[in-house]
Amino acid sequence: MKASKKPVLPRVPMPNQPPAERVRNFDEVALGYTPEMARQEAGRCLQCKKPRCVKGCPVEVPIPQFIAALAQGDVEHAYRIIKTTNSLPAVCGRVCPQESQCEGACILQAKGQPVAIGRLERFVADEYMHRDACGLITGKPECPYIDPEKKVACIGSGPASLTAAGYLAAHGCKVTVFEALHELGGVLVYGIPEFRLPKEKIVAKEVNALRELQVEFVRNRVGGKTFSISDLFAQGYKAVFIGVGAGLPRFLGVPGENLNGVFSANEYLTRVNLGRAYSFPEYDTPIIRGRRVTVFGGGNVAMDAARTAMRLGAESVHIVYRRTQAEMPARHEEVEHAIEEGVQVAELCGPLEFRAGENGSLAAVVLQKMELGEPDESGRRRPVAVQGATVELPTDLAVIAVGTRSNPVLLENEPELKLTGRGYVSVDEETGETSMPGVYAGGDIVTGAATVILAMGAGRRAAKHIARSLGCAVED
Amino acid sequence: MSNMILKKEQLIPGQTSKLVIDAPHIAAKAEPGSFIILRVCEHGERIPLTIADTDREKGTITIVYLVLGKSTALLEELNEGDSILDLCGPLGRPTHISSGGTVICVGGGTGIAAMHHIAKGHHNAGNHVVAIIGARNKELLLFENELKAFAPEVLVSTDDGSYGHKGLVTDLLRRRLEQDNNVIEVVAVGPVPMMEAVAATTRPFGVKTTVSLNSIMVDGIGMCGACRVTVGNETRFACVDGPEFDGHQVDFAELRQRLNAFRPLERESYDHHCRCKCHESK
Repeated sequence: MKASKKPVLPRVPMPNQPPAERVRNFDEVALGYTPEMARQEAGRCLQCKKPRCVKGCPVEVPIPQFIAALAQGDVEHAYRIIKTTNSLPAVCGRVCPQESQCEGACILQAKGQPVAIGRLERFVADEYMHRDACGLITGKPECPYIDPEKKVACIGSGPASLTAAGYLAAHGCKVTVFEALHELGGVLVYGIPEFRLPKEKIVAKEVNALRELQVEFVRNRVGGKTFSISDLFAQGYKAVFIGVGAGLPRFLGVPGENLNGVFSANEYLTRVNLGRAYSFPEYDTPIIRGRRVTVFGGGNVAMDAARTAMRLGAESVHIVYRRTQAEMPARHEEVEHAIEEGVQVAELCGPLEFRAGENGSLAAVVLQKMELGEPDESGRRRPVAVQGATVELPTDLAVIAVGTRSNPVLLENEPELKLTGRGYVSVDEETGETSMPGVYAGGDIVTGAATVILAMGAGRRAAKHIARSLGCAVED
Repeated sequence: MSNMILKKEQLIPGQTSKLVIDAPHIAAKAEPGSFIILRVCEHGERIPLTIADTDREKGTITIVYLVLGKSTALLEELNEGDSILDLCGPLGRPTHISSGGTVICVGGGTGIAAMHHIAKGHHNAGNHVVAIIGARNKELLLFENELKAFAPEVLVSTDDGSYGHKGLVTDLLRRRLEQDNNVIEVVAVGPVPMMEAVAATTRPFGVKTTVSLNSIMVDGIGMCGACRVTVGNETRFACVDGPEFDGHQVDFAELRQRLNAFRPLERESYDHHCRCKCHESK
């Protein structure tokens, strides 16, 4: 396609809460487009004949079509188009790394200003949220007939399972979702903070929309402990989808890691997000409010932990990362937001030791200075320790956000389930089916820790094959 | 109804209570050594409690708790007919039951109730169970009759000598180990200092010693590592790798320190609760 003769307008900026204000609350940072802003941004889309953006989206939302509807002011039509492939658009519009997916593929990217597809998706979903529930999940105003014989169990209630459940219910299956925790949503409720993804306003609404499709949710049930997969088949389920995520935290393996004041990001964020510890003592779950906080890691989870610590009143928050800020795997937007809020980045530093103070609790972290050496197998320059160069950072609270591994609770109790060499569930890439017939898996338990949208894509793919195996009419 | 309290008994008035709860899905899978995580009400925190007994036919589980802070105080406010908001389990690895000999099960305080379930498992596997239980005084002793129902020997010690041996459970344990060569395992459940003392007592005898650790937990399903303990120089998660570990390998000093991590906040929460209750009653 030739470059348009018209000058490309800059994308419409997203209004945000000012940093000085938002750092004192847990309210959502990004405030969303107004209808006028949305229509203006939608007008920037060139309506490509062969849209690259759709290929960049793991669930292949018909992006130009929904944007065209939006440009004409028809939010409802835009919503239905999104819903044909995406069951959680209010979530995706907020937490997807669009710059490396749909927006990264947008033709306007060459000019540095791709269409703000995520913000538009979010606008459409939020505008439509309050309308009828069946339309909300299926994009169709009437609920489908649910066949009580076509029973499917989903284990876990994170993005992969919710997407699978939504697809299956929309195609007439009777779905039950089993969740181990007391609240539904997986990482959407325990991991991603309120200031990025509101729990009541967004996550609970998307879950409730599924209830309208007769999806049943059973909480406090642990796959592999409260029930086994064979129990489910004995209870009449015809197929099972495993979407239990990769929730086991990695630690650093350096001295002093079990000192009081050292937390995994999972614990820190679960206490704050699921336990609402930011409202302690109105809520009973306590959290240590560190004065000087150090966070290890460079991903989105590290940013979430650091920004949470700022909101809990820390005087200083440092993010310690082995490479430089440019190599951080976190979304640029999240890094920018964190820095605007006062988070400091300690680049080219690695963990050496956690040191205790007189009371036996954490008082400092000792860091190894690094420099960038030769590129490694990932193509990024490998951080190499600078001999003898160490630095001590006073710290009374440390958060370790260096990734997770597969959770063994379900897997070690299901020995028939074939695993990969790295301990994740082995599946047929096309269908998502595991080594156990009728048992499918998707999301982080298959790929290792990845993104919400990739988990959703996997949930959708598996659900399509489950629906077909149960004799539902499935579009290709 | 699921999670309903069918029976409540104050074992030590104002201090320790026993609840029989309708939870067929947990009763069906629980084994000796299993625990649950519960949340009493909205705004509540998740707390772990060991399952003291199960009845698969009736679909019930029994828990015994010491009223120690806000969450257990809230639990204590519930009566027969009330339901616990969230009840999750069974969690943890069940007790490994070795067979063919004498197993000494040592319990202290509320831990006696948890120990009782493990002892029962050993009895059902054909082991000769010797129970050693201890408390500060006679009034604070739990589950003596329940243990006598299957354990041929129940030895008692009290700190003040008001009942049984005057002294510590470890006195009785040491005496027993000196007399008996058939002891294949010692199990200890109770306060950390007691479990540590039991491990120290058995070490010279080289007897396998299992302790059930009570670390701080949040999710109880291996997601966060709040419950991590050092066992044989390795970090393990008590909720999924335990809660039972080799007592000779556990770093008890670290466990004691970690259990104190939230003390000031626990007090703040309890005080806040008491102030609110005070407002209600006005």
